Amino acid sequence: MNNRRQHHWIAFSTIVTREIRRFLRIWAQTLLPPAITMTLYFIIFGNLIGSRIGEMDGFSYMEYIAPGIIMMAIINNAYSNVASSFFSAKFQNHIEELMVSPVPNYIILAGYVVGGAARGLFVGLIVTLVSLIFTKLTVQHIGITISMVFLSAVMFALGGFINALYARSFDEVSIIPTFILTPLTYLGGVFYSISLLPEFWQNVSMLNPVLYMVNAFRYGILGVSDIPVAAAFAIILGFIVALTSYALYLLHKGTGLRD
Amino acid sequence: MKALTIEHLNKTYRNGLEALKDINLKVEEGDFFALLGPNGAGKSTTISILTSLVTKTSGSVTIFDADLDSQTELAKSYIGLVPQEFNFNGFEQVKHILVTQAGYYGVPAKEAEPRADVLLKQLGLWEKRHTASRSLSGGMKRRLMIARALVHNPRLLILDEPTAGVDIELRRSMWVFLREINQRGTTIILTTHYLEEAENLCRNIAIIDKGRIVENTDMKSLLNRLDKETFVLDLLEPLTDSSLLQGIEYHQVDPTTIEVELQRQEGLNDLFTVLTERGIKVGSMKNKVNRLEELFLTLVERPESVE
Repeated sequence: MNNRRQHHWIAFSTIVTREIRRFLRIWAQTLLPPAITMTLYFIIFGNLIGSRIGEMDGFSYMEYIAPGIIMMAIINNAYSNVASSFFSAKFQNHIEELMVSPVPNYIILAGYVVGGAARGLFVGLIVTLVSLIFTKLTVQHIGITISMVFLSAVMFALGGFINALYARSFDEVSIIPTFILTPLTYLGGVFYSISLLPEFWQNVSMLNPVLYMVNAFRYGILGVSDIPVAAAFAIILGFIVALTSYALYLLHKGTGLRD
Repeated sequence: MKALTIEHLNKTYRNGLEALKDINLKVEEGDFFALLGPNGAGKSTTISILTSLVTKTSGSVTIFDADLDSQTELAKSYIGLVPQEFNFNGFEQVKHILVTQAGYYGVPAKEAEPRADVLLKQLGLWEKRHTASRSLSGGMKRRLMIARALVHNPRLLILDEPTAGVDIELRRSMWVFLREINQRGTTIILTTHYLEEAENLCRNIAIIDKGRIVENTDMKSLLNRLDKETFVLDLLEPLTDSSLLQGIEYHQVDPTTIEVELQRQEGLNDLFTVLTERGIKVGSMKNKVNRLEELFLTLVERPESVE
């Protein structure tokens, strides 16, 4: 049994290492673009427009949007890393290397998800460093901040995995990020407090899971949030359990992988 | 012990195609086994089921002591696969591909690296170990797939058309390598379109056609069934007088080439005695087609026409 567990651990760390090596190898596609995009957000929204907006929830606009921008970078990158890496493996057929091997499905899923989360965290760190050029960030609740970052990255990496399982073309890999993920992120309270919205739209916003992540993360750093932080943890953990179960079910069925 | 036991294996694809129909097959441990058949006969489906790339419809597969359904991990750990198509990450370096593959089988990197080094040297890929795999030549890619399949020391090596598109020199060197692997105890199952390859390497053989096993025996018995062979003789001087070959069943291809068909019980000595007596000098001789090929064509149904 110990031998089997050890084999699983080696297989898991092999997948994670390969995923990290992949996004570091293609850093110009994976690490540089988010750093540039987020710098532009800070310059345009934070510096140029933000100076005219004034304070939000008692913080300068730059301070207010910084946690949201960092979180946006984390979830986008965690998602797209798994979606593109796993789909490429399908497209080039090298997913067969894993499928013929004795690696159980849950290890395959865990390896890709942790690999994707690693890119999310890596990019999150870069964007945090960029944000420090523009504003001061003092972490109020370190435990909440770290756990929210990790859980959000895991949740979106799981989403990316399911997307890649279903995808039959590169177009289908980009449909979800373009038409679902981006609107959810922009409407998830990255750039504003939902208290500014009419009540109806505030209620609609509460259906957006990204709102909970952004606000809980903002609470960790600034100490303010539009929603109860406990609810954010409950929702994200609920999503993680549901997405994990669904991804394992799809892998067991062989959806998108085998006839 | 049996390295592979297949019982009542069936596969029907979603489009209704019955690819395998009640396949039963046993391969002994240590064997070098050929699985032959025309295109679309079911060879690749069989291999894909053994390696979990395709889900079977019914039947059972046992690899050594492990049932593929109930002891999937153990069964899979015994197998090394060399697939027909290149299927590695073209952007990864050659050595990384091997070490990563070993990791999937629970081999730690510090153990996998020296194993990878040995295989890369044996297969002539050492100089390319830090090269992205997409930059390799076709022959090198084939060898890389063999190295990858062997890096976790499998007990059963399955080779699906391993020498397709490989030049003769390289093919021969791969045969030597595979024989050595087999002599060291690895059971090998080979599918190939080069029947000469199967005849040279394999001790036992199964022929599959239209999803059914039409023949399963040892190579020697199968070849013994061949009741006649056709030989091509290159003559040193043009044959101008056909009466010289009276009594011999032959076909003249050109002035210096004849084809002679001999029954199995007829010896070659008699033919050469006659030729010598009649002053016909033979420069060289070869089989018209490979012996196994001749039998193969009698065992499988050929398409009525090829456009």
